[in-house]
Amino acid sequence: MGLESHLGDNILTTTLTTMVNWARKSSLWPMPFGLACCAIEMMAAVAPRHDIARFGAEVFRFSPRQADLMIVAGTLTYKMASVARKIYDQMPEPKWVIAMGACAISGGVFNTYSVVQGIDQIMPVDVYLPGCPPRPEALIHAIMKMQKKIEKEAI
Amino acid sequence: MDNEAIATLIKTQFPEAVSSSNIFLNELTLIIKKDCITEVAHFTKENKELGFDFLSDLCGVDKAETDGIFEVVYHLYSISKNHRLRLKVQIPSNNPHISTVTDIWKTANWHERETFDMFGIYFDNHPNLQKILTPDDFKGHPLRKDYPLDGRQPATLREVYRKGEA
Repeated sequence: MGLESHLGDNILTTTLTTMVNWARKSSLWPMPFGLACCAIEMMAAVAPRHDIARFGAEVFRFSPRQADLMIVAGTLTYKMASVARKIYDQMPEPKWVIAMGACAISGGVFNTYSVVQGIDQIMPVDVYLPGCPPRPEALIHAIMKMQKKIEKEAI
Repeated sequence: MDNEAIATLIKTQFPEAVSSSNIFLNELTLIIKKDCITEVAHFTKENKELGFDFLSDLCGVDKAETDGIFEVVYHLYSISKNHRLRLKVQIPSNNPHISTVTDIWKTANWHERETFDMFGIYFDNHPNLQKILTPDDFKGHPLRKDYPLDGRQPATLREVYRKGEA
């Protein structure tokens, strides 16, 4: 504050952590891992009516190399688990994961022989987004929670 | 052809093979004896009046606990005649073997593999009777009533992918 009064109106000071985290949270590149009906809501969130471009997260990349936010939207089966983990591993750091919907969180209603009971069994999850399926507004809320979390990270 | 005519035609042709028939909600079901399914199936396809050229589904039913049987159900449709027929075959659950119909309808190939995978019903003379849905190391047949509902293999993946090897 003391310094800025000397520098005038044209120069702002901040910390490197704040700056980097601001850049990261304002430009999330999601990797859509759509597995079920949640993926339809995820697509609706990208479409103009809900438009997550307003939160800087509209650049969905189907290549994990170009993404930093994995949105696991739907029911993860045992046969799909190794694929999900492989794609997560291929994403460069820093990376985050949203578990979208009841199935991704806990297996949901599918307490059966073929369904993984929560994707946190195979990868770390940052934000759990409940709902069956969650509406696009809820996904936007989860992304805003994600941004709040990224703000507080150390680089 | 209407349901009665289809039933009469098949019963006349194979008086020994059809153990019972039933029409419910305008749908015809014939119970066929296990050893006769190949010739009956062949007849329903090749007969000009029946013309069942499309096997729309083939599946299993587990009635082991109540009746000691598995059922194999064939849903047939004739594209040219626009009529349907359901065949059921009852096989003992302690010896679940039945002849394949892959040489009659090619689509039976994957259907029979799925029924084998889910129920453990063996389709004799099938060209490639391997599991089709469950993972390679999966033991058992998950749609059987005696398979536990939450019989995951392994029970949790919590340790499987942690090492980064899989």
